[in-house]
Amino acid sequence: MKIAIIDESAARAAVIEEGLREAGLDDIALLVERHGVVAELERLAPDVILINLENPSRDMLEESFALSRALARPIAMFVDQSDEASIAEAVDAGISAYVVDGLRKDRIKPVLELAVRRFHAFSRLQAELQEARSALAERKTIDRAKALLMKRRGVDEPTAYALLRKQAMDGGRRIVEVAEALITAENLLGGSL
Amino acid sequence: MNRFRIGFLPLVDCALPVVAREMGFAAREGVEIALVRDRTWAAVRDRLTYGQTDAAHLVAPIAIAMALGLDRPPQPIGAPFMLGLNGNAIAVSAALADRLDMGMEAEARPLGERLAGIAKEMAAAGRRLRFAVVHRYSSHNYMLRYWLAACGCDPERDVEIRVVAPPLIADAFAAGEIDGSVVGEPWNSLAVERGDAVIISSTSRIWSRGVEKLLAFRAELLDERRSEVEALLRALYAAGQFAADPANLEAVADLLSRADYIGLPAELIARGLSGRLVCRRGEEAVRVPDFLVLHGEAASFPWRSQAMWLYSQMARWGHARPTAEGFAAAAATFRPDIYRSAFAGTGAVLPGASLKVEGAISAPLGAGSHGGRLVMGPDRFFDGRLFDPDEPFAYLAQDGVTI
Repeated sequence: MKIAIIDESAARAAVIEEGLREAGLDDIALLVERHGVVAELERLAPDVILINLENPSRDMLEESFALSRALARPIAMFVDQSDEASIAEAVDAGISAYVVDGLRKDRIKPVLELAVRRFHAFSRLQAELQEARSALAERKTIDRAKALLMKRRGVDEPTAYALLRKQAMDGGRRIVEVAEALITAENLLGGSL
Repeated sequence: MNRFRIGFLPLVDCALPVVAREMGFAAREGVEIALVRDRTWAAVRDRLTYGQTDAAHLVAPIAIAMALGLDRPPQPIGAPFMLGLNGNAIAVSAALADRLDMGMEAEARPLGERLAGIAKEMAAAGRRLRFAVVHRYSSHNYMLRYWLAACGCDPERDVEIRVVAPPLIADAFAAGEIDGSVVGEPWNSLAVERGDAVIISSTSRIWSRGVEKLLAFRAELLDERRSEVEALLRALYAAGQFAADPANLEAVADLLSRADYIGLPAELIARGLSGRLVCRRGEEAVRVPDFLVLHGEAASFPWRSQAMWLYSQMARWGHARPTAEGFAAAAATFRPDIYRSAFAGTGAVLPGASLKVEGAISAPLGAGSHGGRLVMGPDRFFDGRLFDPDEPFAYLAQDGVTI
């Protein structure tokens, strides 16, 4: 069974590919470039196409599936080929699949389920990365606000932090919000830090 | 919980759900609207099919294709409300515009004939003109084909029609991938401002009241949540009254320009909303009457004859089969019954009929109605043809399509 993975995110495509290979599926092609996708698919003639739901090329691809004489006409994944729940789950995960008509359900279902698991894993990784990034950014903001207070009020670092914390508690806000407000005000008032 | 998640594409005609949400019309009717933006119609369609959204801003023929199961399993769909008539411009590359030496000032017929002539020369020279439309099953595709065919070129043989999602049209012009396009605003204006395209006409010049976007629901949801759906339709109607008032143009353009809606400058968005288009960068705006009709004249009423006209074009170009069952199924996706029950007794003007001869009105005309006087604006096709929903096969036969 030949599988094509189309994704603008090369990293996500690689994560999915790895999962499929681990499951013993080894006839896999990755297509991450928007240009030339149709010609590439015609050359590959895959049985299954996995594509991220939000891929901007999908309308164009569906048109080419409808027109192509070279491709055994792939059609949208449908209920006879899997069960409705697993398709809905794929859509929730952000995957859309096109399958050559006539391919057996028991062969497609595991591929789709694997792809869903890998998609979820990738989203989790991304969320963690995002969290780590924003935590770092918050720390930097607070450090800048502390430095500002130390300079303006002539206090030491623990005192500056305590001032920020008190302001936050009094206003029912997060410390980073108070820090941001302080930096914004400083910038507006023409201060240089 | 009276909440509707509505899928949409960033286009000027997503205005009604946005205005209904942001200006309080939805809240006034006791419903909440959450908007889900996508970049392709395929994604909007899939989210609706699999329940990630409750309703969708859709190009009308996609709803019909979903219901009929073209290229995919059939999904029963109902469309009780239209979100706008027309609103698409026809643009060409700067090079083709120079060669045409004709544009918005010209009538559809001479402009189309000039374009068809160039298309045939180019085809004979082995380099067919490439036009982008936004979807295989789109009014854009059918209007372009209708126009070109009536002006003497074969849209199947003499030109190449490909699909490009609206947000990618300007890039496709910039990369020289397309010579022309039919797409909604503000994507034409964006390509114009970048200096890569020139607007030469609009779909309103081809069919002055062309069927365009609708609000689609899964049919079973229409049964399960009927009274909420009707409240939502009333909110959209009120939003239409607001959006159609020229005094609110700036407010609506500002709303739509927000990053979570269209995310382009309000000045660009106002062009499509007001029908004042800058056709070539740096030129004065040109007023295109009825470029986009969001409200009035029962514009939001789902005429079954319009669904049938679309089906006739799907059959004409081999996208669907010319059968009585097909016409009936297409007509059944439009739900004037729900529209009527939502607006009964509200003072909204309701047409007496659900079918009309399309293309028959050449000057504003009073029509049979309830709840007030309904005046229909001109709805002519540029070539003067009529579509009689009682005689769809005679219409198809004029184009050589037989059962």
